[in-house]
Amino acid sequence: MRYLPLTELDRHDMLAAIGAPSVESLFRDVPEAARLNGGFDLPDHKSELEVEQIIGAMADRNMAAGDVPSFLGAGAYHHHIPAAVDHLIQRGEFLTSYTPYQPEISQGTLQALFEFQTQVALITGMEVANASMYDGATSCAEAVLMARRITRRDKAILSGGLHPHYRDVTETQTRYLDLKIVATAPDLTGSEDLAALIDDDTACVVVQNPGFFGHLRDFSALAVQCQAKGALLIAVVPEVISLGAVTAPGDMGADIVVAEGQSLGNPLGFGGPYVGLFAAREKHVRQMPGRLCGQTVDEDGRRGWVLTLSTREQHIRREKATSNICTNAGLCALAFTIHLALLGEEGFRKLAALNHARAVQLADRLSSVRGIDVVTDAFFNEFAVRLPRPAAGVVSELAAQRVLAGVPVSRLIPNDTGLADILLLAVTETTGEDDMDALVAALGEVL
Amino acid sequence: MAHSRDLSRPRQAGSPVAARDTVLGHQGLRLEEDLLFELDSPGLSGVDLPNVPAVEARLGGLERRSEIGLPGLSEPEIVRHYTRLSQKNYAIDMGTYPLGSCTMKHNPRLNEKVVRLPGFAGLHPLQPVETAQGALELIDATAQWLKTLTGMPAIAMSPAAGAHGELCGMMAIRAALDARDGGETPRRRVLVPESAHGTNPATAAACGFTVDPIPANDDGRVDVAAFAAKLGDDVAAVMLTNPNTCGLFEPDMIEIARLIHQADGYFYCDGANFNAIVGRVRPGDLGIDCMHINLHKTFSTPHGGGGPGAGPVVLSEALAPFAPRPWIVHDGDGFALVENDADTGDATPIGRLKGFHGQMGMFVRAFAYMLSHGKDGLSQVSGDAVLNANYVMARLQDVMTPSFEGPCMHECLFDDRFLDGSGVTTLDFSKAMIDEGYHPMTMYFPLVVHGAMLIEPTETESKRGLDDFIAVMRRLAESARAGEQARFTGAPEFTPRRRLDETMAARKPVLRWFPAAETAEAAE
Repeated sequence: MRYLPLTELDRHDMLAAIGAPSVESLFRDVPEAARLNGGFDLPDHKSELEVEQIIGAMADRNMAAGDVPSFLGAGAYHHHIPAAVDHLIQRGEFLTSYTPYQPEISQGTLQALFEFQTQVALITGMEVANASMYDGATSCAEAVLMARRITRRDKAILSGGLHPHYRDVTETQTRYLDLKIVATAPDLTGSEDLAALIDDDTACVVVQNPGFFGHLRDFSALAVQCQAKGALLIAVVPEVISLGAVTAPGDMGADIVVAEGQSLGNPLGFGGPYVGLFAAREKHVRQMPGRLCGQTVDEDGRRGWVLTLSTREQHIRREKATSNICTNAGLCALAFTIHLALLGEEGFRKLAALNHARAVQLADRLSSVRGIDVVTDAFFNEFAVRLPRPAAGVVSELAAQRVLAGVPVSRLIPNDTGLADILLLAVTETTGEDDMDALVAALGEVL
Repeated sequence: MAHSRDLSRPRQAGSPVAARDTVLGHQGLRLEEDLLFELDSPGLSGVDLPNVPAVEARLGGLERRSEIGLPGLSEPEIVRHYTRLSQKNYAIDMGTYPLGSCTMKHNPRLNEKVVRLPGFAGLHPLQPVETAQGALELIDATAQWLKTLTGMPAIAMSPAAGAHGELCGMMAIRAALDARDGGETPRRRVLVPESAHGTNPATAAACGFTVDPIPANDDGRVDVAAFAAKLGDDVAAVMLTNPNTCGLFEPDMIEIARLIHQADGYFYCDGANFNAIVGRVRPGDLGIDCMHINLHKTFSTPHGGGGPGAGPVVLSEALAPFAPRPWIVHDGDGFALVENDADTGDATPIGRLKGFHGQMGMFVRAFAYMLSHGKDGLSQVSGDAVLNANYVMARLQDVMTPSFEGPCMHECLFDDRFLDGSGVTTLDFSKAMIDEGYHPMTMYFPLVVHGAMLIEPTETESKRGLDDFIAVMRRLAESARAGEQARFTGAPEFTPRRRLDETMAARKPVLRWFPAAETAEAAE
């Protein structure tokens, strides 16, 4: 077995040193009835070559969004990842280290996290950010719980523009915590007004920018209305590249910003692992969930970094912790921070501009296709269109022609007849003119 | 698991000083590195992008107008920056990493190769399922392996980490109790051993339960009599780690399962230490109702400096109907996904715990690991892990103080009695190990012994490597007893940074970089 360094002679000598007759005897605390003694049905070990062939065959049975014209989005986006990102995150010193509990021999991870926290605070327009969460959806649920701790109120209002998975996860994670969730109907037109729902029991209002149907909205007025009622505004950003082109939620007055960071540095990977971003105002930092990296000095007075404010966390506070989170998304956060470091101010803003410009081009082309209405007026790189018939069928037909046409809303919001014909299309810097040609041609054939 | 409490101490006068000053602070291969933000050359970028087509923007008047403040660097500067940072980390690839309960075993590079196949890496989670059959097949196959290895009938694959898996399992228990008791269950008390990971009580609280600690007996196991005495009509569940955090198998597991079931409660098993018994014992045969599996421990997906992990949860028949969406079904035509309540049939899932379908990248790696080891290799994994831990314990027990009598399982627990009167603490001892080229063991956990040192060598350490480690530990233990206090209290010396002031970090948190001008303003 190629991963096991002990030889039979080693095992023999070690048992002698222990004074045990056999390895089996070391398991003497296990009740005899519970010992398997090999009695179960799984294959024996395989060579590296065989494993690669088996898993490679499975990979070959998929149609990768990177290999065909693809317009899929809805919370996961196909972007180009610079080669240096994957090279650097595969360095063993990053890949095979643990959470930086021993700071003297973890300064690499810690400094990278400090830089990550700074980048996240900058792009969201917030004061502080943590060292990452599992993903955007779980960050959203944790933000609602944080708002409850801060306001000591028990009602959360979720916008109809919130991604259905984010809503679903938030409802699930809070279902046993006596929190009232008021979720409004899907907001296809991007025109809902949530202000009227805010009352004295409201802990927070959760909005998303760009919204699930692609709409960009200015939440500044809503932030003021929240503040007047003592509620917090939580802004969700499902496509982090948008922050290079669009006013930051922090500048609109959001109190907590959560985002899905996948678009920077992390491949689509069929949905995970991704990286949740979590940013807040400094005055609320002690109510934040998750790990925080802070600056300090060592005994020689040199600048260094440690995990800090851990008295919020489960390993110290146990049942009184702000969250049960422990392992988060360290390596995905590293990929994010390296990609954003490579881009820099110029690159990040240009990438965002490119995404938007190409999306505008596609929207213009589709609006001239007979039977298609572009629903979203103001958008970043994703928008909704109404087709003349159910979108799910159209998507399947196009998939058969090797075009991944987008996400039918019915995949995430089934049984809503008003939305059955709605298709979400995303465009990124990877979408070329030829991809758009293929989509328009294929749609022209089936519609 | 390890614990970073505020244990730093000021440096004592007279302890050795750092190496002589150099112009830039570098010391040979030990290179200083500024923050990215301090390396800014405005206008530079490490990414060349195609030209942006001229279009009329449709951002609804929300164009970003202010500077973000991101620094500009070229690719060579970025590569050098992160390479230098990487060299300030300890890692499994460099040496023994005996962090108890964390399972720092070798991460096979094959697993990194297969997860990057375009057929997985380039797959969108919401593309039509008929175009992702290979991905669903792999998830399903991984699920089958995990069910077989644990002897459990059902599994929820989506939880993102161990603690997330705990949340999944405890929510399923809550849902099952609510369903059984017709509405909101009056059972709200969860029994958790004092030795448990902090995530256990935190998770119970997140499901609306209260936590009642169970004491350990003198052998480091659950006191079954004390446990039985705590059972009652208000008990929802017991959460138990087995092998436990003292590195010991709970021999009364089957009796504990019988008792909790007799009291109409459920049995949550924390599977953080499943690596000790994989391929040899099926937790299902011990009577549990659910257990999370840390794929980043037992099945060696890389820890990555703090994640990502994955925490699938195996479930008994009683809890299976409450498993969260999504899950995979297999019909004559292939695999399909159940994602929405409209398609869940008779099941009554607790909802959804994660966006999309879970940590696919971890499933691919774990599946490669399981195929590579097979049935024979996995039982060898647990056998060698337990052998290595017992070997370390046997070779150190005369100079250090084991907390409990052996044999242990995959990790061995020492306390600080052997340091009595030496002026050296567990923390000092750990820092001295760093100077000897080792990552310390888990310290101050579990909480049930004083100054805990929990050593988990894992099965991927060679005997030669263990003998070196043992020699170092013996020498340090003798040195502490001989009164050579300075080598401990002054440690570490040979690291990029010496002991860091954690009190200062927490008292006045600086959690991000600010431009020098703003820092000066804030100081005024």
